[in-house]
Amino acid sequence: MQDLINILIKAVFVENMALAFFLGMCTFIACSKKVETAIGLGFAVVFVLGITVPINNLIYKCLLQEGALAWVPFVGDRLAQFDDLAFLGLLCYIGSIAATVQLLEMFLDKYVPKLYVSLGVFLPLITVNCAILGSTLFMVERDYGFVESTFFGVGSGIGFALAVVALAAIREKMTYSNVPDGLRGLGITFIVTGLMAIGFLCFGGIQL
Amino acid sequence: MAVMGKEERKLVLDPFFNNNPIALQVLGICSALAVTTQLKPSFVMAVALTLVTGFSSLFVSFIRNYIPNSVRIIVQMTIIASLVIIVDQVLKAYLYSISTTMSVYVGLIITNCIVMGRAEAYAMQNGPVRSFLDGIGNGLGYSLILMGTASIRELLGSGKLFGYPVLTLTSEGGWYVQNGLMLISPGAFFIIGFFIWGIRVWKPEQVEEA
Repeated sequence: MQDLINILIKAVFVENMALAFFLGMCTFIACSKKVETAIGLGFAVVFVLGITVPINNLIYKCLLQEGALAWVPFVGDRLAQFDDLAFLGLLCYIGSIAATVQLLEMFLDKYVPKLYVSLGVFLPLITVNCAILGSTLFMVERDYGFVESTFFGVGSGIGFALAVVALAAIREKMTYSNVPDGLRGLGITFIVTGLMAIGFLCFGGIQL
Repeated sequence: MAVMGKEERKLVLDPFFNNNPIALQVLGICSALAVTTQLKPSFVMAVALTLVTGFSSLFVSFIRNYIPNSVRIIVQMTIIASLVIIVDQVLKAYLYSISTTMSVYVGLIITNCIVMGRAEAYAMQNGPVRSFLDGIGNGLGYSLILMGTASIRELLGSGKLFGYPVLTLTSEGGWYVQNGLMLISPGAFFIIGFFIWGIRVWKPEQVEEA
């Protein structure tokens, strides 16, 4: 259990998707003008990451890994002799992410319309968010199990949400400050993000 | 460049400063920041991204009239993902050490918004040759920022360029004290922030409204 919580804490603070690995930057910068939209985006990311990372973990462990097909009844031994299919990984992961997002959209639209409306445009946009694919690739690289990958997915989602809401709050305040012309907008956002990243560096080395 | 008309040349050259994908369109920032601690991986990344953008635009443009509108994102994704798998396999075969330093960021070219953005915004409406040029141009604009950031970070952070020592470090008996800020993630944010500032001072029409 401690291991799992450790993975969660690490994913939220130490290895923050946005501030330590620069993933999901495009959405991070583009959707952080208002706190409200940032919160919507944050929820959507936590949701999608918590679902897609474990699903991709299953895909990797049961279909793509070397000798992974041994579980298939009757023909398993023969299938397991094939070389590993890990090179197809990228295609499968992005496919499953796109499909999950689409399914999730339809499901929410039908059964939880309130949440669907509040997530709005962010849900489809998340397919191309590098934080999602990035977490999956990190999960594969670090060889997490199913439960571990669930915790990792939720953790990185929370980390991203935290960072984007914090940045949005700073940017809202910044509208009242006097920024040099050329820096206004994108430039100053980068510098603020850099300062935030320095702040997050102080979490480095946290272990439970 | 003799074979290119004015329009074509504009497609390739515009993304350098006038319409830079990173500095103005805010696309593809993730990898721009992540691989730039050293010049070598950044160079590989820049070449890989330019090729992927060029060819994905080309292929998307070829089949643009046959793609049903509702599934176009998935079709584009499949084309891009296949190209990235090729790049990934080539890197693993010929440049294994660099491919391990870049770890997940090669795979992340798929979700690099420049590739997707150009396919969606340009290649879906224009012919193959122009789309290809547009893709290459945007890839080069991205490469420019990438290489610029990487040379500053490597020079100030570890006193080297492309792995060759330029400034001798104090740890090796020289005079230059390493600047640790350049090697950690926040350094990249600052440099790109200042790049954007520089470009906008030079081209004031890009300044955002207050």
